[in-house]
Amino acid sequence: MNRNDLLNLIDITVSFEGFLALNKLNLNLKKGELRAVIGPNGAGKTTFLDVITGKVKPTKGEVIFKGKSLIGQKEHKIARLGVGRKFQSPRIFENLTVKENLEISVTTPKSPLNLINKNIKENQLDEIERLMKIVNLAPKVDSKAGSLSHGQKQWLEIAMLVGQKPDLMLVDEPVAGLTDEETDLTADLLKSLSGENTVVVIDHDMEFIRRLDSNVSVLNQGTVLCEGTMETIQKDKKVIDVYLGRPED
Amino acid sequence: MSLSKIKFDKKIVLSFWIILIALIIAAPTLLPVFRLNLLGRYLSLSIVALGVDLIWGYTGLLSLGQGIFFALGGYCAAMYLQITSSSEFPNNIPEFFALYGVEKLPFFWEPFRSPAFTFFSIWIIPALIAGLIGFLVFRNRIKGVYFSILTQASLLVFFNFFNGQQKLINGTNGLKTDVTQLFGQMVGSESMQRIFFWVTAILVIAAWFFAKWIVKGRFGNILIGIRDDEPRVRFTGYNPVIFKTIIFSIAGGLAGISGALYTVQSGIVSPQFMTVPFSIEMVIWVAVGGRGTLLGAILGAVFINYAKSLVSEALPASWMFIQGGLFILVVTALPEGVLGWIQGDGPRNLLQRFGLKRKIETYPSLEINNKEKK
Repeated sequence: MNRNDLLNLIDITVSFEGFLALNKLNLNLKKGELRAVIGPNGAGKTTFLDVITGKVKPTKGEVIFKGKSLIGQKEHKIARLGVGRKFQSPRIFENLTVKENLEISVTTPKSPLNLINKNIKENQLDEIERLMKIVNLAPKVDSKAGSLSHGQKQWLEIAMLVGQKPDLMLVDEPVAGLTDEETDLTADLLKSLSGENTVVVIDHDMEFIRRLDSNVSVLNQGTVLCEGTMETIQKDKKVIDVYLGRPED
Repeated sequence: MSLSKIKFDKKIVLSFWIILIALIIAAPTLLPVFRLNLLGRYLSLSIVALGVDLIWGYTGLLSLGQGIFFALGGYCAAMYLQITSSSEFPNNIPEFFALYGVEKLPFFWEPFRSPAFTFFSIWIIPALIAGLIGFLVFRNRIKGVYFSILTQASLLVFFNFFNGQQKLINGTNGLKTDVTQLFGQMVGSESMQRIFFWVTAILVIAAWFFAKWIVKGRFGNILIGIRDDEPRVRFTGYNPVIFKTIIFSIAGGLAGISGALYTVQSGIVSPQFMTVPFSIEMVIWVAVGGRGTLLGAILGAVFINYAKSLVSEALPASWMFIQGGLFILVVTALPEGVLGWIQGDGPRNLLQRFGLKRKIETYPSLEINNKEKK
């Protein structure tokens, strides 16, 4: 553990009725780092996010975020502490407009009284404007989010994530179903967010991960197989075996 | 949203208000007392329907137990009326106690001597009980069908309790209010009933505006968010338990007001208000009128109940079949309810089907996307 670390996962084990989704997983994230997490299907990538965000309680192990344990905290508390999450398939509020979706994300404090009493603050409106420009959704401000294209939905969710101003952003497959052009833009966006924020990106798309130009953690069978730059990873024999498959398979 | 649609909506809203105000003013002169009384009762039911729309239409909580809060409001009102009109009875307590040999007023009746306490209890007691039940259920993340079953089970618990307590609240016979006195007049008298009608009409409009205020803006958007994707709301940093508890409590309070108004206009409150079919009917009114429209809940409650009384007068046995058919029709053909259908593309599609209106050549969304790419 290091004082510059934002997040430490220590010996995390998650057992679903005997099946070990995560097995003594250790992972440390520095402040401002951009980290890609890859791994074959069933490696435990999504469970790993579930543990950090409080959706799944680990059977064993400890999650330390900004020096405090997250184990046993409710999801909304963890979110308020500064952990934001983008889901695998875009999860936005389809019956609300783009603007209303963003309002939900930028509003603070997130208490019923604040929501019912006061109008949205001026600086939060500015923030919404800024976010819509970043993800090119300004012309769609009053459209129902459900009417957006798949790529736009992905971006709206990323914008909502940014609007939450989390210290740690967990991004699950942000480029699934996006065109090449959109993928490149998303990679640039995520790179620009790191530095100020700490970003964890989970994905399968190798081209995309390469473009992120970040440290990569390879998960396999619920544990970290290997960590390093893309070049190191691609030369690692263990990674080639599990991720690309042995020739004889 | 297209311009024509906005104009269309405005026209509907304006004509609706004109008709509504005219009807409220003219109703006591136009309608015979019997019909006026029925209308007043159905209007009071629309307040409980508004609550159902808030929790079901907006928040996705299908409660089959709103009868609990409805009846509680009715009992609060009836207890006040009975106790303040009991001076000529033995021991100065309501007449029915003598039947069971009760000589001392049960302690929980005492505060109902106060009109102020009664005024607040009618909505606060149901709201508190709804809040308590809601909090326990929501905190344990019980939702969907399990929530519905649980509310229905609670309804049965309350029904059986009230039904069995002769010595406390006259059990299955309920509490009659029509022969009691309020402000020196008989509650069941024509002049009082006329006043109750006005009060009800005003409260329906007030409740409607209150509900509109609740769902407007970010608070309402969170409710919709909870309905559509609760975990997402949670991961955004909101605690859905608190929001659901608040809205369930509000719906409970509205149900209490509704029950009190219904009681004074129908002349009695009894455990029949807590039967299973009645609470399901409340859901049907909202489903037929249009979920998530508020106005649809009011119209659904009034029109279905009026239809019920008209049909029952003409063909006594057939109402249940008609109501069942209506529900099936709405679920299959108009899943958004009548008002949802009108506000959506329903009328245009219907006109197109009969060739009365030109069809749109492509999907509007396709046209928009093409423009953007250029």
